Amino acid sequence: MAALWLARASSQLARRAARRLPARHGSGEPTSPWFLGVVPPPALGSPAVEKSRRGFCSVRRFAGESSAAAAVDEEPENGFVASDQQAVDFPGGKVSFVAEMNFLPDSMKERINCYRVLDDDGRTISGSRFQEVSKELALKMYTEMVTLQIMDTIFYEAQRQGRISFYLTSNGEEAINIASAAALGMDDIVLPQYREPGVLLWRGFTLQEFANQCFGNKLDYGKGRQMPIHYGSNRLNYFTVSSPIATQLPHAVGAAYSLKMDKKDACAITYFGDGGTSEGDFHAALNFAAVMEAPVIFFCRNNGWAISTPTTEQFRSDGVVIRGQAYGIRGIRVDGNDALAVYSAVHAAREMAITEGRPILVEALTYRVGHHSTSDDSTKYRPVDEIEHWRTERDPISRYRKWVQGNDWWSDAEESELRSRVRKELLQAIQAAERMPKPPVTELFTDVYDKIPSNLREQEQFLRDTIMKHPADYPTDVPV
Amino acid sequence: MLGAARRQLGSGPMLGQVLRRLRPAAAAEVARGYSAAAKEMTVRDALNSALDEEMSADPSVFLMGEEVGEYQGAYKISKGLLDRYGPDRVLDTPITEAGFTGIGVGAAYHGLRPIIEFMTFNFSMQAIDHIINSAAKSNYMSAGQISVPIVFRGPNGAAAGVGAQHSQCYAAWYAHVPGLKVLTPYSSEDARGLLKAAIRDPDPVIFLENELLYGESFPVSAEVLDSSFCLPIGKAKIEREGKDVTITAFSKMVGYALQAAEILSKEGISAEVINLRSIRPLDRAAINASVRKTNRLVTVEEGFPQHGIGAEICMSVVEESFEYLDAPVERIAGADVPMPYAANLERMAVPQVDDIVRAAKRACYRAVPMAAAA
Repeated sequence: MAALWLARASSQLARRAARRLPARHGSGEPTSPWFLGVVPPPALGSPAVEKSRRGFCSVRRFAGESSAAAAVDEEPENGFVASDQQAVDFPGGKVSFVAEMNFLPDSMKERINCYRVLDDDGRTISGSRFQEVSKELALKMYTEMVTLQIMDTIFYEAQRQGRISFYLTSNGEEAINIASAAALGMDDIVLPQYREPGVLLWRGFTLQEFANQCFGNKLDYGKGRQMPIHYGSNRLNYFTVSSPIATQLPHAVGAAYSLKMDKKDACAITYFGDGGTSEGDFHAALNFAAVMEAPVIFFCRNNGWAISTPTTEQFRSDGVVIRGQAYGIRGIRVDGNDALAVYSAVHAAREMAITEGRPILVEALTYRVGHHSTSDDSTKYRPVDEIEHWRTERDPISRYRKWVQGNDWWSDAEESELRSRVRKELLQAIQAAERMPKPPVTELFTDVYDKIPSNLREQEQFLRDTIMKHPADYPTDVPV
Repeated sequence: MLGAARRQLGSGPMLGQVLRRLRPAAAAEVARGYSAAAKEMTVRDALNSALDEEMSADPSVFLMGEEVGEYQGAYKISKGLLDRYGPDRVLDTPITEAGFTGIGVGAAYHGLRPIIEFMTFNFSMQAIDHIINSAAKSNYMSAGQISVPIVFRGPNGAAAGVGAQHSQCYAAWYAHVPGLKVLTPYSSEDARGLLKAAIRDPDPVIFLENELLYGESFPVSAEVLDSSFCLPIGKAKIEREGKDVTITAFSKMVGYALQAAEILSKEGISAEVINLRSIRPLDRAAINASVRKTNRLVTVEEGFPQHGIGAEICMSVVEESFEYLDAPVERIAGADVPMPYAANLERMAVPQVDDIVRAAKRACYRAVPMAAAA
């Protein structure tokens, strides 16, 4: 037993030693026959990096990156590290010593800058660099932003009229929704929180399909199992909305890892709000994605509010982008109400995530113009004029419209035609969804498992027998 | 009224089916015992070989957890797998149960088949939101669009001298949730067959092992050693046939129940020992068929008594076989306290063979006064 363990241990050491050699020769550092730490990361294209791209825990197994475990288990078989006066190897790497005691400040003097392309009047800022869009793409982005806005208005009204039980708007975040979706491909997997129906809209989910889910009728892909706005579509690579906050972040890392194993030319993207970054899952997902080198975009919609909790009470860091660096993740802060900036940032993030196999953090600053949901009245905790200011003067749609019209790509006539057409379509979709029967009683019992178990079949039969005996007590709009 | 309806549904055809199934199975069981096999295998090796074979057969199966790779597994269950399959398929993780459980679920959403190892199921508490809300409910909430073919495995229940936060049994916790399947192997045959079934199953499966059983050896037949061997989920095994009292148990307690049955047989009480193998779905048919034969029931589990597995089994028997009971159902469980560390206290906090023997005798109206049992 002991012999086996020794044999295994020494083969482990041999394996680690063998992997160490290539990186050391390529590093350019002053060679020492032994070392306990690491060399600076090798340049892209070197053999060590190529190997490391494939492994999930490459950081730990292949030299050239930090390898805490390797360092710790390495026998000091070649003697002590003779240290330089200024620097010494510890697990994790070389550090320089300094004689003064200096605590890092809790915040930088200046906040991280915010990338923006269009000014408040919809004119491109001189010197700004952004991803060009064709007229066709630009117009599609605009019309979908308007559609999203009208859809939110009408469904919100429907809830107020008692026709659906719940709704949640994306007012003020139309640019985030549509522009980020426009920068992705259909193979990219989307793991939303719940304020991103625009991404689904962009991908081809119809207004009727949205309505069906909200009404929980028999055409709802969720078979009436979930509250309104919990959309999902396998076909469009948009994972079903799940209520617990931030759970989609580690899911996205897992999905991205799966894409990487399949060597797909695609990434995962996951959306979350400022509040979601307080969850443990945020930390676990970012840390893990960095270690795993997973091609995932973490898109934070920092809209200032988590129901009634403002960001000043959510965290004390400089927003969310600053945290990326703590995990070894590249990040950018972007004006979330600037459609072109969001588009460019996601476009670039996607490139990096896929070609370099790394996670990227995007923090989009914006404002939640609407209430948290139909169960909330935000005027109770924030000033009405603040809401009005963001709803009108900082509206992402009118700002983008100014740019589109500035290019002579859009007119007022087309604007009113679009708005009345979409409104009419929505009202018809709602009427149709309302009239559609609900899912039949069988669907109460299916999908708990892949195959329905005998106890549920028994329960279903029992329920049917009871319905037959007491038809007067059973609703008429639910098919048996 | 519900009970009456249930009994009607449950009496005729189901019981008949079960009896027909029991008789040939029982014969095969006996035959296998006498066969020339007698190759022995530890539970550890059984699990290791099952993992190896399933990973070899299906490239989408991968293992993730703390220490599963370079360390060969905290309990050496994944020994050799990193060498054979590489770091892409045997992943050592940072210390974040919530993280790697969520990541496993995400990978399963996209079509991989992860096996997530918890160093013990006590630590699964840090990930239970993902197990319940992300894994168990997803297929239902997404109406079949998101299936989660994931296995969560690791040691469960008490080990020896590891204290309260390392000794809890989570069978009742997970068996409570629709959408999960919960398996509890006892022998090496159980370990191989049930783990393979779990990995191949499209639903999320909780696979509760036991640290103290890892080193135990059991005889395995050639059939069990074959790489296509698989046990059905939801079927219990009659480990020992009897006619006077039914004793249900799972995991380590099966061994204790068998020892108790041996002692009881010397006193003229023939105990039938059922190895549950599957807690959800529970093999109610087998349990009820046995009780209808013996008319007496003792449930044995290591975990806390309140809202435990024995409570569910008792209710199932009351609902379906009430008239067949000749005595109240006896429940043997661990003490209703967090597990103490001191060896003498620990011994008193988990069921012992004597407890099972006494319970069986009580059920048979052959109880001896407490003083004499001390």
